[in-house]
Amino acid sequence: MSRVLEVDGLKKHFGGIAAVDGVSFHVEEGEILGLIGPNGCGKSTLFNCILGQLTPNSGEVKVDGRVVTGLRPCELNRLGVSRTFQLLQVFPKLSVRENLILAGQEHRGTMVSRLCGKPDAGLGEAAEEMLRFFRLGDLAGEAAGGLSYGQQKLLDAAMAFMGGPRLVLLDEPAGGVNLTMLADLKERLTAINREKRATFVVIEHNMEFVMSLCARVLVMAEGKVLAEGRPDEIRANPAVIEAYLGH
Amino acid sequence: MTRTGRLLGLAVGALVLAALIVVPMGFNRYGLYILSQWAVMSIAAMGLNLTLGYAGQVSLAQGAFVGIGAYTAAIMTTHGLPLIVALAVAIALCLAIGWLLGYPALRVQHHYLAFVTLAFSTLAFLVFRNEEWLTKGIYGISAIPRPVIFGFATSRPLPFYYVCLSSLALVSLAMWWLIRSPWGRAFMALRENPIRALSLGIDTRRYTLIAFALGSALGGVAGTLYAPLTQFVDPTPFTLSLSLDLLLMVIVGGAGFFFGPFLGAMIAVLLPEWLRITEGYYLMLYAVAVILLLIYSPTGILGILDRVLAARRTKAASARRQAAQATL
Repeated sequence: MSRVLEVDGLKKHFGGIAAVDGVSFHVEEGEILGLIGPNGCGKSTLFNCILGQLTPNSGEVKVDGRVVTGLRPCELNRLGVSRTFQLLQVFPKLSVRENLILAGQEHRGTMVSRLCGKPDAGLGEAAEEMLRFFRLGDLAGEAAGGLSYGQQKLLDAAMAFMGGPRLVLLDEPAGGVNLTMLADLKERLTAINREKRATFVVIEHNMEFVMSLCARVLVMAEGKVLAEGRPDEIRANPAVIEAYLGH
Repeated sequence: MTRTGRLLGLAVGALVLAALIVVPMGFNRYGLYILSQWAVMSIAAMGLNLTLGYAGQVSLAQGAFVGIGAYTAAIMTTHGLPLIVALAVAIALCLAIGWLLGYPALRVQHHYLAFVTLAFSTLAFLVFRNEEWLTKGIYGISAIPRPVIFGFATSRPLPFYYVCLSSLALVSLAMWWLIRSPWGRAFMALRENPIRALSLGIDTRRYTLIAFALGSALGGVAGTLYAPLTQFVDPTPFTLSLSLDLLLMVIVGGAGFFFGPFLGAMIAVLLPEWLRITEGYYLMLYAVAVILLLIYSPTGILGILDRVLAARRTKAASARRQAAQATL
């Protein structure tokens, strides 16, 4: 097994505050790694540093052994690193189908083929498949902004997979999603992880969701890695319990 | 869109085009001039609609690009070069300058960007007025010839109107293709959610510059037609107010709607003419009409249509849901 993502000594300061303070970890190919920790512990900042949305003060990020620190988010995405967002981030006025095509169009062809070629960038079939997979088929023609919160979350996840990513970073995929849809989402994510050999890192506050989805969990507190291990080990770890329950 | 909807659209389009070809045959010189101006301004407004309406980048410089196109055409054709060569030069020039003007948009947005482009607009005006060796300054360039196309002289108003109309048709086709292409989709992504776009591999920097360059180039195309239309070019039409007029056309017609610029240009160019019968009041009536429209529908005329259609779709969708529940 190869390491898809390696993070080494990553640091990010905001003024005097070390939001991410020397974090190192790695993710194996095909793995689903959970990333948990109290609010404000630096999970999202860590994601943003890995994805090039923020520039880390020091440290290194490698994807498939290649150093990617300093690359722009769009370049990183075309290398196969995709993400979903904590808050809803779809294109509200475009239809659900257009959202999906948009999510994949920069991964194939050239600027010329994107201007002169087919309007759907040859992604019509792939978009239909993704719609079926996430059970959004009935909504294909609807404007994405008109979907329910849970449906938009599903669409956001579906968009992250349109480019056929190696690695997907999911930021609170279960946040605000109702129980029925949550089971659905977990089942879809597990299926896509198996079928497409995609590797995931999942930030989540819903413990039930993380513990059942992930094989390995990383706990962060105050910008540092507090613990790492299997879900049952994490559940029993006194330091983790203390970080969550406070003093 | 449904099949009947598409057929209906095609039929209406064909009818409008036929009317635009046939009806003006009976127009006098002034009527044809106004209608030609509508076609020219529609092209410029389409360019701004691309930059502002689709890609979401505010620009108060579109009038300056019309000026650059007009001066390019005026200078080159009065030196004996054909208009088509001037057109190519104007497009290249406006693409390049538009691309450069896009750089500030990578740093600043919205009203800040409006001010940067406003500064450029003023700069362009100063060049038109002060660089007499090139533009003849406030005296302007007169006796601009109209082109001869495939042996046909278009110096009379009707043939030249057809030149403007067919240019508008060509630009519209190109724009229709562009908007439906992945480029068009990427432009809309810039407008709707640039951060998400970036995370999906869309090079927002590149697309922003392209949106500026292409939108500005259409300003240049409009200018290239404007010069032979008026046959006289001086700096006065290219003050900031032209940029504001074009902005008005895009907003009133409906920013981000394909047909918005046509309607907007119609209102900005034709409505004042129709209101002339009210004599001294026409500017006031025009202003009131525009204000009322924007209060009623901030998204412009096509915004009203869009709301009506959306309401109908919602109704149909909820009816479908009800029917689906009944079978469960």
